[in-house]
Amino acid sequence: MSAEQSLPNVAPRPARRGALAQAWQRVLAMFVKEFIQLRRDRPTFAMIVGIPLIQLMLFGYAINTDPKHLPTAVLTSDDSPIARALIGALRATDYFDIKYVTRGEADADKLILSNKAQFVIQIPPDFSRQLVRGEKPALLLIADASDPVAASGAIAAALGAANQALDRELIGPLASLSQNAAPYEIRVHRRYNPAGETRRNIVPGLIGTILTMTMLMYTAMSVTREIERGTMEALLAMPILPVEIMLGKIAPYVVVGAVQMATILIVASLLFQVPVVGSLFTLSSLTLLFIIANLSVGYTFSTVAVNQLQAMQLTFFFFLPSMLLSGFLFPFYGMPKWAQYVGEFLPLTHYLRIVRSVMLKGSTFGDLFVDAGALAAFALVAMSIAVMRFRQTLD
Amino acid sequence: MSVESDIAIDVRGLTKSFGAKKVVDNFTLQVARGNIQGFLGPNGSGKTTTIRMLCGLLTPDSGEGRCLGYDIRRQQEEIKRYVGYMTQGFSLYRDLTIRENLEFVARVYGLEAPEDAAQGALERLGLVARAEQLAGELSGGWKQRLSLGACILPGPSLLLLDEPTAGVDPKARRDFWDEIHHLATQGLTVLVSTHYMDEAERCHQIAYIANGRLLASGTIPAIIAGAHLSTWVVTGEGLDSLGSELKYQPGVDMVARFGAALHVGGRDEAAMARVAQRYSAEGVHRWKRDEPTLEDVFIDLMTRAGADQ
Ligand SMILES: Nc1ncnc2c1ncn2[C@@H]1O[C@H](COP(=O)(O)OP(=O)(O)OP(=O)(O)O)[C@@H](O)[C@H]1O
Ligand SMILES: [Mg+2]
Repeated sequence: MSAEQSLPNVAPRPARRGALAQAWQRVLAMFVKEFIQLRRDRPTFAMIVGIPLIQLMLFGYAINTDPKHLPTAVLTSDDSPIARALIGALRATDYFDIKYVTRGEADADKLILSNKAQFVIQIPPDFSRQLVRGEKPALLLIADASDPVAASGAIAAALGAANQALDRELIGPLASLSQNAAPYEIRVHRRYNPAGETRRNIVPGLIGTILTMTMLMYTAMSVTREIERGTMEALLAMPILPVEIMLGKIAPYVVVGAVQMATILIVASLLFQVPVVGSLFTLSSLTLLFIIANLSVGYTFSTVAVNQLQAMQLTFFFFLPSMLLSGFLFPFYGMPKWAQYVGEFLPLTHYLRIVRSVMLKGSTFGDLFVDAGALAAFALVAMSIAVMRFRQTLD
Repeated sequence: MSVESDIAIDVRGLTKSFGAKKVVDNFTLQVARGNIQGFLGPNGSGKTTTIRMLCGLLTPDSGEGRCLGYDIRRQQEEIKRYVGYMTQGFSLYRDLTIRENLEFVARVYGLEAPEDAAQGALERLGLVARAEQLAGELSGGWKQRLSLGACILPGPSLLLLDEPTAGVDPKARRDFWDEIHHLATQGLTVLVSTHYMDEAERCHQIAYIANGRLLASGTIPAIIAGAHLSTWVVTGEGLDSLGSELKYQPGVDMVARFGAALHVGGRDEAAMARVAQRYSAEGVHRWKRDEPTLEDVFIDLMTRAGADQ
């Protein structure tokens, strides 16, 4: 640089806009800045669509497929042709992969407890004898229902197969036995999770869970990042208000959240055939509200946290109860009262009601205004705390 | 309008503690409009803390004052509008280009046409060719130039520059100071902290702070005169061992090596003259009475301040 060139002329003080236009412009300044930074942060930018997709696939498939060839143990001391025909019929459903045959109940229990078998088919010792005598013996199907979705398909298949299983065996003098429905009954014991939840509940729930996680992560570090990169001091010395900083920092991620929502909805309906019974507009606008609520919570964390690690920890402490107490993992009204009270203070609880109702039952705004109001209140309270907590000086 | 008042900085008794440590103690300073005020002091003496109080980033524990006529405790918003603060480290966005950084600043200050303002600044700074380069990729000299450009973009009336030339080569430093003088002639007031003597000598006024206390302030001749230091320049062989010996002689307050010479000074003129006489009588070194330099005075101030640290 030459000496002449290096002497910048001070421009006369540039004209400034009116007060309101200036406030808007400051929010815009922050918005543009954050957006550029997000775009330059390649891994993060690539994951805007990547993270929800991967999560949806992982969770969706793990939960949703109708799994077959489930490891099964047969507990029996009856070696009659009738028993063998029964087992053959169950095997033919493709749901049961009979891996173990055992005589001891303790052995069978151990197989289930160690996750080696998901089902135990128990044929009582005198099953054939009782059957022939027409005493309607019971076949016991013990299911590990801790994964209810996986178990339910198999159970249904078992019940169906059993009816025709013995048609070929019961001939001659025994033919009269097969005239009525079935000459025996199947008793199903669901272990660990007698209620069993349907898979339709889970995909809408996933939308809420995934959005909670991604939205929290995006904003939870936005203030601490400025502090750790040393840009906060210059920012604080500029005439910009905490509320303007907040709005400018949250706004780009509302766009990101909308993109994620669209991705999840499209993929969910393509891969998992989850319909949207209600209005797409209702769903989108209430989801946007939910996105804003989560971004506000994340931003609040970032004004409270001293560094990025703390921000991450806060996010985690919020995310965990959101998963557990919102009704995502366990039926909300099956939880103890105290857990329900805690759940009412989580945005995900209200969003799950919204998203399940709109997607599965076709509920409208009018049906959901309480939950929508709760989300709006949540966003407002979080934003107020964030603005109050924002440290405007370095004291 | 208070912005145009004749005294740009007027603070009295500023005090700030972090925990039990008094970092700035009873700091008082007046700077007239259009002046360049140098701000010197050893590391950790409280320069940055003082500057932060001036621009409203730290609240003083006690003391009061005004910048550009605005109360530093109550009118931080106005101060932020009209004071440009250049932080000690680079504090613009490294992942934004030069142009994007300047546009950000222009928008935050509510300028009429932020894109045009940024373009104008790029031209004034000679940064047009690098406009689309990421700020984090610039060399130290260009970073400093960009920071100054961002500070003056909104047209401030007071500039607070915290060690703006640290780690910058001599040519860029010279250019930078030409620029500061140019700004001052246009009516800007500049307070600049530095560790370099040559930069101190280009200021209209100087304040010297150590351990949070203002030890000297005023013009350079006034500070030198106020130090009452009688100084001798010693040349010859074996200056290093002579220097360590002299430090413990009664009457000697300051010993410092400058190139091939040793500067020896004392506040008690008669005692200092006796030492000079005694040593020059040995005939090994040449002793010559000379005017103290600004640096002699600062070394003396620093030695004295170090004693009660
Ligand atoms: N936020 C803070 N909390 C605690 N101590 C602090 C804080 N800021 C500064 N200090 C301490 O106050 C003292 C003065 O710091 P300051 O940064 O003002 O010095 P300085 O003169 O700018 O030093 P340098 O020349 O190294 O930049 C130092 O001892 C520093 O450790
Ligand atoms: Mg400093």
